[in-house]
Parts: sequence; C-alpha cells; structure tokens
Amino acid sequence: MALIFLLTVPLVAAVLCWIRPLRTAGWGISVISNWLTFALAIGVSSNVVSNGRVVGVPGWFEADGLSALVLVLVSFVLSMAAVFAGGYMRRQEHSDQHRLWWFYCNYNLLAFALLAAPSLAEPNLVWVAVELITLFSVLLVGFESTGGALEAAWKFAVLTIMGAPIALFGFLTLFWAYHSAGGGWETWEGIRSIAGSMDPNLLKLSFLLIFVGFGAKTGLAPMHTWLPDAHSQAPTPVCAVLSGVKTTVPLYVILRFLSIVLASPTARIGVWMIVLGLVSVAIGAFLLLQVRDYKRMFAYSTVEHMGIILTAAGLATQAADFGAVSQMLNHAITKSLCFYVAGVILMALSTREIASVRGLIRISPFAGSALLLSSLAIAGAPPFPIFLSEFSILSAGMHAGQYLVVALLASLIVIAFVAILLHANRMAFGTPTVSDLRVPLPASCRIAVLAAALPVVLLGVYVPAPVNSLLQLAARQLGGH
Amino acid sequence: MASATAEALNTLCAGLILIAAFAMVATRQVQGVVRFFVIQSLLLSASCFLLAYSRSSVHLWALGAITIGAKVIAIPWVLRRLLPDDFYERREISQAVNIPASLLLALLLVVVAEFLTGPLVATAKDSVIRINLPLGLAGVLIAVWSLVARREALPQLIGILAMENGAFLAGIAIASELPIIAELAVAMDVVLIAVVVGLLTRSIRKELGTTVAAGLAELKEEPVSWR
Repeated sequence: MALIFLLTVPLVAAVLCWIRPLRTAGWGISVISNWLTFALAIGVSSNVVSNGRVVGVPGWFEADGLSALVLVLVSFVLSMAAVFAGGYMRRQEHSDQHRLWWFYCNYNLLAFALLAAPSLAEPNLVWVAVELITLFSVLLVGFESTGGALEAAWKFAVLTIMGAPIALFGFLTLFWAYHSAGGGWETWEGIRSIAGSMDPNLLKLSFLLIFVGFGAKTGLAPMHTWLPDAHSQAPTPVCAVLSGVKTTVPLYVILRFLSIVLASPTARIGVWMIVLGLVSVAIGAFLLLQVRDYKRMFAYSTVEHMGIILTAAGLATQAADFGAVSQMLNHAITKSLCFYVAGVILMALSTREIASVRGLIRISPFAGSALLLSSLAIAGAPPFPIFLSEFSILSAGMHAGQYLVVALLASLIVIAFVAILLHANRMAFGTPTVSDLRVPLPASCRIAVLAAALPVVLLGVYVPAPVNSLLQLAARQLGGH
Repeated sequence: MASATAEALNTLCAGLILIAAFAMVATRQVQGVVRFFVIQSLLLSASCFLLAYSRSSVHLWALGAITIGAKVIAIPWVLRRLLPDDFYERREISQAVNIPASLLLALLLVVVAEFLTGPLVATAKDSVIRINLPLGLAGVLIAVWSLVARREALPQLIGILAMENGAFLAGIAIASELPIIAELAVAMDVVLIAVVVGLLTRSIRKELGTTVAAGLAELKEEPVSWR
C-alpha cells in the first residue's frame, strides 16, 4: 500500500500547488510532500529488505531491491532539493516571483515521474514514465527564460526526446520477443525468468535500441552534449535533481535490461558495456580538465560517474554489481550536495566562472569549506563513500582478471580527481577577488547543505546494516555471476 | 473483404507512409511539413484498422482510434493554439544539406533499414511483419535525418513525432497485443511532447525573437587558459 501512497503524494502536491489560493504556499507544500515520500520510500525499502519484494498492485506496481534503492535515492534528493529551493528560488533575479507556483507544480510532477519509473513493473509503462521525466525536466530547465536557459532547454529537449521513439521501438521489439517465447503479462520479472528461451537476435536488437534511446537521457557519451548545458543553466535545485537522480533513473532501466540480456546465454553484451562505459569516463575526465564554469564541472563529473557505473555493470560479477549499485547511491548523494554548494556560490558571487572565484574560504567560510568537502567527496578522496565504491569496483575488476579495464579506469579516475581538485583549489584559496562581500545566505540553503553533507560524511566511515543489505539485494538484481 | 485483401491494402498504406516520410524531407514549406505529418498519421491509423480487421483484434481497433485522436486531431490543434502563424508561413531556404542530396540519403536509409531487419524478418512467420518492420525502421531513420537537416523549430518537432509514427508502424505488426492502457499512455505522452516543445518554442520566439533552432549556439566549451 505504501508504494501506491508514495506515487499519489507528489500528484496531490502538484494539484495543491496549482490551486489558486494555495499558490503562495508552493514551497511549503513541496517540502512537506517530498519529505513524506522520503519517509514512505524508507518504509517500502525496509519492507523490501525483510521480505525481498513489495507488491503494490500485482503486475503493475512492484518493488524489488534495485527499485527500492532507486526510490530511496530519488526521494532523498528530491526532499533535500525542495528545502534548498526555498531560499534559492526567492533570491533568483531572473525568475518572476508570481510564476513560482508553476515551478513547484512542475517540480512535484517531475517527482511523480521519477518515482513512477522504478516502481512500475510493466516495461512499456516504464517507457512512458521516463518520457514524462524528460518532459517535466525540460520545462524546469527553461524556467528562468533567459537566453542561455532556453537554449539549454531546447538542446536538452531535442536530443533526449529524439531518444524516445528509438527506445519505444526497442520496447516494442522486447514485447515481440517476449510474446514469441510464450510469455504472458509482461513484467521485468517475467521477462527475466524466460530470457533464456527468447530469440537472442531480437533481444540484442531491442537492447541496442533501448541503450541508444535511454543512453542519451543518462548522458552517456557520445550523447552527453546536452548535459553540461542543461545542468549549468537550470535553476540549481533542479540541477541537483537532474544530475543526482534524473540520470540515474534511465540508467536503472538500462541496467535492468542488461541483467535480462546477460541471462540469455548467447548474447555477449558485457564487453560492449565496458567499452562504452570507459568512453564516457574518458570524455568526462578529459573535459573536466578544461572547464571554465563550475556548474559545468560538476555536470561533466556526472558523465564520468555514469560511465563508471556502466563499466562496473559490464564486468558482470557479483562483486562488481555491488560496486555499481553502491556507486549509484554514493554518486546521487554526493552530486546533489555538489550542486547545492554550487548554488550557494552562485548566490553569493553571482558568477559561474571558475576564474572569477578566488579565496572563497575567506569571503564565506561556510561556502568555501563546503566546496572543499564536496569536491573531495565527488573526486573520490578517502574517506568519502565514492572512494570506497570506486575501490570496490576496481578490486572486482582485478578479481575478474580484467587488468586492462582496471588500469584504464583507474588512470581516468585519477585524471578526473586531479582536474576537480585543481579547480576547487583555485576557487577556495588565493587572494579574494571581492574583499568583504558577506552575503547572508538563506537559512534553508544552509540547512540543505548541512543535511545533505551528513550522509556523505557518514557513509564513508560507517554503512548501517539495513543500507548494506539493501545494496546486496539491489546488486543481486543485476544478475552478475 | 477477405483478410488477404486487407493485408495487401496494409502493404499499400505502409508504402504510402514511407512516401509521406520522403515528402516531409522534400518540403520547404513549414505548413507542408505539418500537413504531410497529418497525412502520415492518417495512413498509420488506416493501416491499423486494416490489420484490426484481418486479425479481428480489438486492441488494434482501439489503437487506430487512439492514433487518430492523438496525432490527427490533438497534436495539430495543440500546435495551432500554441504557435503563432508566422511559424507556419515560413519557408526554409537554407537547409544543412540540399534537398536532392537529402532525398538520396533517405533512400540509402531505406536500404539500411531493410538490411538491418533482414535476419529478423527471415524468421518471422507473419507476412505483415515482413512489410511493417523494415518500413517502420526506415520511417524512424528518415525522420531522424530530417531532424538533423532542418533548421526551423517546428519541422524539428514534427521530425520527432514522425519518428514515433515509424516506431508505431512496426509496433502494430510486432506488438499488436500491447495492453490498451500502455497504448493510451504512449499516445498521451506524444501529445505532451507536442505541448512541452510547443511551449518551449513559443518562449524562445518571445525571448530571442527567432523561429530558427539552429541559431542557438551560445553555450559551448572553450578551452581554459592555464595561467
């Protein structure tokens, strides 16, 4: 029942934000509804941990380990970003305040779509949910209606919506393969149970089409070009959602499907996933060296991390799968923190250029130390959680005997590490460009940064038992051997 | 009417859908592109009804009706409401590639689609799949190409929607028993694409005064100077 509730809450919130007398209360409604969904997602996943699976409506809404993990991540990032939006959206010069209800209405609709995709069991409806995610995020990216924002929204729309019919073709082919093999009502579980007897050619074609279509939405190279634009021009709370979880959800679908293809004996798809994953990591890492805009820097780091997750899933061993899902978790919480920090800096100095931010730690000790913390965490320095999951992926690769992959991945991760820390170092230290600009940061933004930093610091030193067993369950869904 | 006749007529429809895709590549007038899209959608629903008749499938009757509702009525109406007349009155003088070359490439894409689907079609028992799958994929590929070659915003949007038509042409043959609810959701989604991209196009016109999407090139990566 909690699963159905989880999906109705954001819809009700969107309607409430739209009702005229409540339009000024959009922020309050969004914060309450998103925290409520977070609590419900925790409930669902603790249920999954104890029972292995939660069924809302059989054949329609079901959650297993992997979907429960994605649900928790999505709702966590959404609730933090909602808190952050309060102070941030009020101070934005470009956005006219009387349109703010439209922002929150869209935000809750996006929340609905993001939560629907992992909890649906019928693949064709998952396609619809992923499409809705794209459409609502396009509206949010273009919300500020500046030239840059509209251009970013247009590129984002054309490139990612173009992926939609291609992925649809893939889903229809999957349906065909499933029915030719004698399947009944189509669910992820059902497909996986008869994957061995499905026509491998059809399965491969449909995976290829879905990979192209949803890879564009995930921001995998070479279809990543929209990502830095959209993630640098969107309002910062939206960036946190886009980079943290909007990229993770299509990747979740790809991974689900990958596990099906891996269950089919003749298809050797893992090698291709490794190659394409490494290409993304490489493009992300080298572009990180030469960015000039700190929001774009965090965006390229997303391309890099999506590549790492894909590579890990391509290795297809149990240990690598565990690394992949931990990386998903750690990336989502760390990257959203990075964008809150970027939003704070943008509010304080109103510039996006790395070169015009100097001595931040003296201008604003809060923003400066938060920047250092989040950059160290996203670059993967110990003792932060990303270090742990990257390390476990690398060691899983060693155990699988994929030495070349490990060597390439490790050196690319080091390049990205150096690049991020070079930029962060130049921003945090040095002589301040502005001497005594002490902008009062809104309380809601400070709270969001502190609260988002908490799990990033904690998970590096201590992983609670329920989180660990959820990760184990999720990893098992990826079907590594 | 025997079901063999229905299938022969379906083949005719599928061929005409492909010709409509070619027409969308060849047309300069923006208004013309929209018209050919509507014609293509009408043909798609006709193909749907013919197959529904020959297989006596309730799903396909419903899908045909949904296609007419969404793509022949709702989408053109939404775009008319959202976009002012000057979007429709424009002619594209400069495309990225000239039209004869574009058409040649589209022809090549048909061959590619035939080639790609060859091994799959060979095993299919159903003769409809043998027609609809390659032509559907060709429709998708040609629409992708027209999306790349076009500069105006509205034809680009129509290109995306035409891709969807291609996917559906294959879909009615290979996935005719798709649940009605999924079909409805997909159709609603297509209309929403038109609404969202239409809204976006309108605000781009309002803020930047252009209907040409190719003019948007402010955001790009420039190398940093390491001092």
